[in-house]
Amino acid sequence: MERQASSFLPHPSSLKKMPYFPNTEADRQEMLKAIGAGSVDELFAMVPSELRMKQKLCVPPGLGELELTAHVAALAAQNTSAGQAVCFLGGGSYDHFIPAVVDMVSSRSEFYTAYTPYQAEASQGSLQAFFEYQTLIAELTGMDVSNASMYDGGSAAAEAVLMALHQTGRKRVVTTEGVHPEYRQVLATYLANMGIEIVTLKAAGGAVAIAELAAAVNDQTACVLVQHPNFFGCLEQVEQVAEIAHKNGALFVVAVDPISLGILKRPGDYGADIVVAEGQSLGNPMAFGGPYLGILACREQFVRRMPGRLVGQTVDRNGNRCWVLTLQTREQHIRREKATSNICTNQGLYALRATVYLSLMGPAGMNDVANLCLQKAHYAAEKLAAVPGLSLAFQQPTFKEFVVRVKDRPVADVVEKALQQGIFAGVPLGTWYPELADCLLVAVTEKRTKEEIDRLAAALG
Amino acid sequence: MQNFQSTELLFELSRPGCQAVQLPKCDVPPKPVTELLPAEALSDSPLPLPELSEPDVVRHFVNLSTRNFSVDTHFYPLGSCTMKYNPKRNERLVALPGLADVHPYQPESSLQGILALLHHAQHNLAEISGLPMVSLQPAAGAHGEMSALFVAAAYFRDIGQKRTNVLIPDSAHGTNPASAAMAGFKIVPVKSNAEGFVDIADLASKLNDQTAVFMITNPTTLGMFEPCIEKIAKMVHDVGGLMYCDGANMNAILGVTRPGDFGADMMHFNPHKTFSGPHGGGGPGAGPIAVTEKLGPYLPAPIVVKDGRGYHLDYNRPRSIGRVRSFFGSVGVLVRMYCYIRSHGPDGLRRIAEDAVLNANYLLSRVKGTIDVPRGNRCMHEFVASAASLKSQKDISAMEIAKRLLDYGIHAPTVYFPLIVREALMIEPTESESKSTLDAFADVLEKIINEPADVLHDAPHSTPISRPDEVLAARKPVLRWKDEG
Repeated sequence: MERQASSFLPHPSSLKKMPYFPNTEADRQEMLKAIGAGSVDELFAMVPSELRMKQKLCVPPGLGELELTAHVAALAAQNTSAGQAVCFLGGGSYDHFIPAVVDMVSSRSEFYTAYTPYQAEASQGSLQAFFEYQTLIAELTGMDVSNASMYDGGSAAAEAVLMALHQTGRKRVVTTEGVHPEYRQVLATYLANMGIEIVTLKAAGGAVAIAELAAAVNDQTACVLVQHPNFFGCLEQVEQVAEIAHKNGALFVVAVDPISLGILKRPGDYGADIVVAEGQSLGNPMAFGGPYLGILACREQFVRRMPGRLVGQTVDRNGNRCWVLTLQTREQHIRREKATSNICTNQGLYALRATVYLSLMGPAGMNDVANLCLQKAHYAAEKLAAVPGLSLAFQQPTFKEFVVRVKDRPVADVVEKALQQGIFAGVPLGTWYPELADCLLVAVTEKRTKEEIDRLAAALG
Repeated sequence: MQNFQSTELLFELSRPGCQAVQLPKCDVPPKPVTELLPAEALSDSPLPLPELSEPDVVRHFVNLSTRNFSVDTHFYPLGSCTMKYNPKRNERLVALPGLADVHPYQPESSLQGILALLHHAQHNLAEISGLPMVSLQPAAGAHGEMSALFVAAAYFRDIGQKRTNVLIPDSAHGTNPASAAMAGFKIVPVKSNAEGFVDIADLASKLNDQTAVFMITNPTTLGMFEPCIEKIAKMVHDVGGLMYCDGANMNAILGVTRPGDFGADMMHFNPHKTFSGPHGGGGPGAGPIAVTEKLGPYLPAPIVVKDGRGYHLDYNRPRSIGRVRSFFGSVGVLVRMYCYIRSHGPDGLRRIAEDAVLNANYLLSRVKGTIDVPRGNRCMHEFVASAASLKSQKDISAMEIAKRLLDYGIHAPTVYFPLIVREALMIEPTESESKSTLDAFADVLEKIINEPADVLHDAPHSTPISRPDEVLAARKPVLRWKDEG
């Protein structure tokens, strides 16, 4: 007798038993009886019948775990991962090394299936980790206080500017083209309905000209927002920026690359008032752009203007040291429209990952990773500058990224040719800077080897 | 079983000379740092970070994790938060190198899989919401609210109308007024009636040509379906306003009814709630928004589009409000959402709503003899009990009941929200809890309420800490560890 193969095949559309519903049909009937309802439909009686869907949702039939895995794995396989190509892409998202312990800790379900730690007794694990995060970020940036996280670097920058606007009562913001263009777009969106003037200075030589900045900042300026190292990888003259801002009674908001702080002076040591950063570099995957980690830290006097959650240390009724969410009168669930921000859900698990990352790295590890990025990026810059038809666009000192100008071919061709050789050569800048349409932003992390850099130079030759 | 190491801070565990990560030697010819960077830019001392070995770090954080309640270890009936089971497969899939290890600025040709997935996700959300245009960019629910309000502001500016007011029921989440304020609107509160629904007369008196948006949470924060929703939508539309639906409670209506069908012009989803995020101890979440056709052009850019050559990121959206965050969005959360939607299909999505509502009604039927549930015999996915009479009769508050539940291994419900119910305990069991868990909860609640009030006054008794001094924390904020030695 011929075996009927079809009966052994999975039947995606008829998944009667679904794994995430623990109640059996018998349970459901018993529950309905206890409620005194004849059917589940009856429970929806308060939804007016004319509003109820007559048809099923038009989404594909349900998949079992095995089929789902095959489907998503097939989609994932259509992408080229940074593990399959050599990644020289940066611009705010970087291919840094992630130690295994970071993934291990963040996959503890006691952490990732918990809620925001409003119930302190049930959440000491998360609360202590966030207190440690706040401390680590404060130490890393040289600031007094960090909040427990924001969505990402871009929205953190916008929220920092809002803090400055509220703090000073002024209506003018000075920034530069060296700030990540997407951060500036976010800022423009956030401020669009508030009657705020945003002055964006050129960064013609790769960094803002101090004389131009001095001329632009005045007594109506709420803050100066600068990125350091900036979007082009160049260092800004942050000490002079701080001086200009403060002389005019404006706050100095700086966006930094946390990895750079293994070598560069901390913002607290050069006069920054509010520090923001994209925390993706600290142990978080690139994941096509998110979720990421917004870092926001500031001087003590601005604490009550801070957006987002803060964890504070206290004692319990038995005198034990413990942690709670505190200064909640800043927040939306208490203050509603008078809150410092609308942020509720933040990036708890990613703040935890950064905490684990920083505790694994320590001072020596942070110095090592920063130095490796610096050395390799400079080696790469030298190599590429020596390739005929390529030159460095700017002469400013750079950290782990730099801009290469392509003289003889369209940038798109260069990118495409490198891709064919398994290399993501860099980010074309023409999208945001028409005058840099012949330029490529190249990032080099500690993961890149000399051999890979040499291959990049050969591919662009 | 005591664990003496679990409460020490990383900084107290630090021992100079320890390092958990060893990076490779520099394989390019190294140069002195001062040759590469100006001296004034350089730090003159090592970062003041703790020094630990890998085993130190692992033991520290694993021990910390055991000091949390979580969905995987405890029943977590936290109203409004939809603390449902988080499928393990989705965690695995999101970590595939083809999804986790992908840079946002890669050439589109190397991103076709993730763009396809996100394109499908846009379609799925459009279908589930009944609103055709979707942006996946917002990073969380509140961020979605704010983004949609930016969309509304841009729309009215574009059609030459100056509308300043956003109307919000007093039962709303705090994020609603906070988001409206951030989008530059004036907030006009709307009263709730005795049943907790929108007071129609009050709404009517506040709607006018200044009304930009009416924000409503439906199902409501009381776990009920707004009976006059169609009428409300018509009233809002009649004065030229838009209706926003806070999608926090979508779990109750998946496949049953759609915000687009009951008159909403805009909404956000909370994938970390409805589509099993997970919550991550307070994020990351995501806050995709769906809007009507006419509002589509104002959505944040980019969105994913498809043509004959494949999937693309469409930035060419001249009427867009711009960006609300950098890069595409909370992609990792969106991937889990997509996995969850695909796992369920049309029947499974509806079953989520059915079982969520069945579980909530069953639990309501089990507890209503024990504690007052002021608003009705039936509910959607959650209900709000009140300890007001227990407070006056037995001196037991909602907070004390919540704290005492922890002693029985049950996470506290949401307390003191919504604001329109006194001594509120908001209970949402979700569809992923079994009848026996619900029975156990009802039994424990009854037991607690019959315990001597003294036992509750200083509960919890079995948790690692009890009754932290929150006043001290706020009065003398200690927001970081400092080396006192």
